[in-house]
Amino acid sequence: MTATTHPTRRDEAWRYADIDAVTAAWPLPAPESIVVPAGGEFRRAIVQDAGAIHQIEMSIGKGATASLHILNIGGAYGRIELAVTLHEGADFTLGAAQIGGGEQNLEIVTTVTHAEPGATSRQMVRSVLSGTATGTYLGKVAVARDAQQTDSEQDVKAMLLDRSATANAKPELEIFADDVKCAHGCAIGELDAMGLYYLQSRGLPPGEAKKILLQAFVAGVFDGAEDEEQLQALALAKLGELV
Amino acid sequence: MLTIENLHATVADKPILKGLSLAINAGEIHAIMGPNGAGKSTLSYVLGGRPGYEVTEGSATFDGHDLLDMDPHERAAAGLFLGFQYPVEIPGVSNVQFLRESLNAQRKARGQEPLSGGDFLKLAREKAGLLKLDMDMLKRPVNVGFSGGEKKRNEMVQMGILDPKLAILDETDSGLDIDALRVVGDGINAIMRRPDKAVLLITHYQRLLDYVQPDFVHVLAGGRIVKSGGPELALELEREGYAEIAA
Repeated sequence: MTATTHPTRRDEAWRYADIDAVTAAWPLPAPESIVVPAGGEFRRAIVQDAGAIHQIEMSIGKGATASLHILNIGGAYGRIELAVTLHEGADFTLGAAQIGGGEQNLEIVTTVTHAEPGATSRQMVRSVLSGTATGTYLGKVAVARDAQQTDSEQDVKAMLLDRSATANAKPELEIFADDVKCAHGCAIGELDAMGLYYLQSRGLPPGEAKKILLQAFVAGVFDGAEDEEQLQALALAKLGELV
Repeated sequence: MLTIENLHATVADKPILKGLSLAINAGEIHAIMGPNGAGKSTLSYVLGGRPGYEVTEGSATFDGHDLLDMDPHERAAAGLFLGFQYPVEIPGVSNVQFLRESLNAQRKARGQEPLSGGDFLKLAREKAGLLKLDMDMLKRPVNVGFSGGEKKRNEMVQMGILDPKLAILDETDSGLDIDALRVVGDGINAIMRRPDKAVLLITHYQRLLDYVQPDFVHVLAGGRIVKSGGPELALELEREGYAEIAA
């Protein structure tokens, strides 16, 4: 792929993308660059509610910590792409929720590179999808040869409110060091029928019962976020549109 | 208050209830006893409107309304409470949040003002105290990590907060030790033994009935009520077994 031609579905990182939307937006502006200096601390919340392609390159210096919290909810096609490089002892946290209905196509694509020893990364992604919406998480964790004592985790769950919705989840590990922990877990399911009935039997109308279960499902991803309350409120409002 | 006539119901196309009739008036406590597989839990779920429990014949009228025509949340707002045999764990949802939203949804459906956070907590604290359930447990996710006895006491706390007209309690005594059984029995009496309320207790054993004295005891077998009587019938069942009575 060169910069002048847009990607196709044969490109792994774009295989579930809305290529028409990508073509229309091509060429993309240069990715946003974030450099967290050694020992620094960085926090950022991103709400994607307009149907944009957002690319971020982030370098986290020695011993620094960075956390990104993402709410991906808007537009026909919304994509957030992260390329994160961790230096020695750095720490990266991603907490993301993507909530889509109708024909929305939402995706989060990450490459987290542990370039040096002793860095930690934790990614937690929750998707809630209804209608014929598609939610995708493609997450690559790359561990360099010298990056011993890497500790990384990918925790990915999706909830389908309709059988016609689609969730894609793919962890990808590329590990060249031999003393590392790289956990990855993924689950795709639907709301627990007995739990829904239990809530309704106490007087909650079906929509409210679903909303309360979904709120619990996405809760946690925004823990410690800058403006946590606003993210939760926006997520709840979007969930309310789906049930 | 509740009139059930000739109720037939199937679960996954299998007939379970086969012509059950029962009338419960305000101020009465009824006990339904019966062997495993008689249809006791099916009866409670049919009355509670659980999806998958299909009524094929007969009727159930609650306070003059067609109960079977109402959604589960409408039944709750009308004053029906179902105590679950296996209370459901709901990770991530706090008891207090869920109960307050439930109560206020019921109040809204009845045209009443919502209860404020402060008033609700006061009410919750009072009912938790009655059932000797630590208030901290009410702040935890619904039933998650609760012991069997704590789950059942939590059901009764919910009943106290929601203040129903009719409680259907499905094996609320199972999983309780002797002390918890007394606490739960006392709780049922304190909350529900009133002239304007009624209870349908579903149980295998006589022991709960030592604490919650029923006015009527029914034996359910093969999807129908095969025998009805006063409290003495429960003792007779305990002594003779179901095989003898239900035959």
